[in-house]
Amino acid sequence: MSDRTRFALALAAAWAFVLATMAAAALLVAADLSGEEQALLAPLAREHAPAVVLIAALALAPLALILRTLFRRYVAAPRQLAEDARIILAANPAHRAPLRGSAGIRRLAESVNQLADANVSLRHDVERRVREANERIEQERNRLAALMSELAQSVIVCNIEGRILLYNARAMQLLRQPQDGAAAAGKGHSLVGLGRSIFAIFDRNLIIHALERIHDRLRQGARAADASFVTTAPAGQLVRVQMAPVQGAAAGAGAAGAIDGITGFVLVLDNITRRIEAGHRRDLLLQTLTEGTRASLGSVRAAVETIAAFPDMDKEARDRFIGIIGEEAQRLSARLDQTGSEFADSLRTEWPLENMRGADLIAAARRRIEARLDLPTKLEAVDETVWLNVDSYSLMQAITYLVSRLREEFGIREIRFGLEAAGQLAHLDVIWTGAPLGSETTMTWQTDSMNAGGEASPLTLKQIIERHNAEIWYQIHKPSHREYFRIAIPLTRPEESAWSAAPGVESRPEYYDFDLFHQPGQTPEQDNRPLAALSYTVFDTETTGLQPSAGDEIVSIGAVRIVNGRLLEHEVFEQLVDPRRDMSPEASRITGIEHSMLQHQPTIDKVLPAFRAFCEDTVLVAHNAAFDLRFLRLKEDAAGVRFTQPVLDTLLLSAVINPQLDSHRLEAIAERMGVNPIGRHTALGDAIMTGEVFLRMIPLLAEQGIRTLGEARAASQKTYFARVDY
Amino acid sequence: MGKKILIADDEPNIVVSLEFLMKQKGHVVRVVTDGEAALNAVREFGPDLILLDVMMPRMSGYDVCQKIRENHAWAAVKIVMLSAKGRDIEVNKGMAVGADAYVTKPFSTKDLIAKVQELLGE
Repeated sequence: MSDRTRFALALAAAWAFVLATMAAAALLVAADLSGEEQALLAPLAREHAPAVVLIAALALAPLALILRTLFRRYVAAPRQLAEDARIILAANPAHRAPLRGSAGIRRLAESVNQLADANVSLRHDVERRVREANERIEQERNRLAALMSELAQSVIVCNIEGRILLYNARAMQLLRQPQDGAAAAGKGHSLVGLGRSIFAIFDRNLIIHALERIHDRLRQGARAADASFVTTAPAGQLVRVQMAPVQGAAAGAGAAGAIDGITGFVLVLDNITRRIEAGHRRDLLLQTLTEGTRASLGSVRAAVETIAAFPDMDKEARDRFIGIIGEEAQRLSARLDQTGSEFADSLRTEWPLENMRGADLIAAARRRIEARLDLPTKLEAVDETVWLNVDSYSLMQAITYLVSRLREEFGIREIRFGLEAAGQLAHLDVIWTGAPLGSETTMTWQTDSMNAGGEASPLTLKQIIERHNAEIWYQIHKPSHREYFRIAIPLTRPEESAWSAAPGVESRPEYYDFDLFHQPGQTPEQDNRPLAALSYTVFDTETTGLQPSAGDEIVSIGAVRIVNGRLLEHEVFEQLVDPRRDMSPEASRITGIEHSMLQHQPTIDKVLPAFRAFCEDTVLVAHNAAFDLRFLRLKEDAAGVRFTQPVLDTLLLSAVINPQLDSHRLEAIAERMGVNPIGRHTALGDAIMTGEVFLRMIPLLAEQGIRTLGEARAASQKTYFARVDY
Repeated sequence: MGKKILIADDEPNIVVSLEFLMKQKGHVVRVVTDGEAALNAVREFGPDLILLDVMMPRMSGYDVCQKIRENHAWAAVKIVMLSAKGRDIEVNKGMAVGADAYVTKPFSTKDLIAKVQELLGE
């Protein structure tokens, strides 16, 4: 109920009371009179009735005056004081309550102001100490940052959810978006940024697989573990990634706790594109050299031995054999020359095969097959002492692929695994019964590109097998009716030193202690997470007009990121957009954007994908978000992207906080919240201001019991403004 | 007594020696230079023994060998694999897909002839 209605009701009640009193007095007097007196008075009363009505009506004015004063002093003043106190407490400590209302209320307001003063000085004191502490941390961070910037490798630190906490400039350079479209037109947005998701850069499964391997090693009692894999960066470079876990403070205490003690991970990236190419060339050279030499020698030896064995062969036959010997000898020398010159600049191959227990590989493959293909697996004889030198991720992909084809094309209902050592080789068998394969089938399976369990790989089974210097073939064991694929891989020695001798957790520097690590939950549980813990992209658009359906277009998008309750002013998105239509003079006046400024800018279908990447995995925030979103939605198809993340609207949130206020314009809210309006009417300026406002709203919402994203969205929907159709 | 020998190899210089040696032993020789031709020759020529190179165009020796072993009618055909690939792992595979012998280039012709005669039961 608004104050106005409240007042009207009170006034009506008071007036009704006065009228009722007068009427009651008249009735009482009338009841007391005798019949004659009544007869005498009745005409009199009728005659003077208009005067009575007039007096009753006139009584309304003084009544209203008195009531208004009372209302202001005793109802409105305390309520305003409460509002002021709330602003002081939650939003703007510098705000002071004006002195108004009754003497008592004024004294109360003075006390509130004094408390506020005391609070401010206390806060300053605390802030000073926090600042000092922060400066020390800052120094340490700077030291770490300086250290990282000196590194030749790219380094990215992530929390367990894959959000980036720290990175160096080299990582930013390496992980730029492919140089076309929006990236080339704008600043070449890097995919790396604080609070952004690493999964926008690397395949989620690859990271999770590496983490699982680290878990496994820790579970087996290793004090520290790391994992490495090779993958492609978004722009196509081959990157070797080494992952080391970041363990929480409690991790050192016990082996059992250590497994769950992983709070994040460090990725060290190395661009190995050139080295791999060199490695491939070297492998190829070596192969042509050895196999070519063998073939030529074979011909020479056979010819020589034939001549020796048949001394009385005719001249024609003898000349032919001698010709062969000469020809092959020349071919051999030429091959050696060529190899010598090409081999000089080839480097050692860097494809990282890591040592792994065969049994662990099989266990991982079984987990994957059971989870992805929903197919039961069993173990036959598995030699626990067999160690292999493998790229476990790709090999597991290969096994999963084989099994998925067996299941899809032959309806296999169970898969078993076997592992044995055979001389210098390990035989890894994928076994089933009741579906013999033709050689055509096994041939095509090896050369088709792999696609299994919803995951496609650019490699073929054959390539993966070759990468491991392995061989694969299909065999039938008739006595037991078993069919199997046998993968023969060279054995390797267990190399304990690879990880068990790595430095322990204790040796990690102290400044590893980032607050961002304490972010529980994953994206699906986003709604249950507190507002203060989420990452946001606050954005604003400038447009040619207000009617997207009538052909108005976006001319500028500005956005800024909020991570852990901090507005990151250096992580911004700012892009002018060619609207492919004229700017009206009115729009130019408001936005300060002239038509000429837009002519060489990218169009919206190029800009939106870059913006989509910028806000990956964050909650969107905008003032009057419905307006901006309508513009974005209309362009989604053309740009081939969707904005599906949750959205918060500062206009609706303001209405949640102050339902009795009329104005929820951005300027008005900013003023109430003590936010300085800067750079208004540029998309980025408005986005920053919206962000500042939003940050100050979070504690005010918490006062009303709105703490999580889900609660904020629910409350927004209930406000009056949400029902207005834009 | 002469047997039928199929030589499948795309290296002409080794084929010359192999052909000469086999003919000297009194065998009937047919030469092909790729995997598919080898399979066709098995069908038409009906060899008693094949000298089968692993690295051939169109179809590898492994695949030819596996295809021959799939057909029971050809179960008696002896297969000697010849290869410039000499690692254990390839020998392993050759024997697994059904070869009777795996000979790595360069080889001793005396040993090869002995092996062939042994497989032919002569």
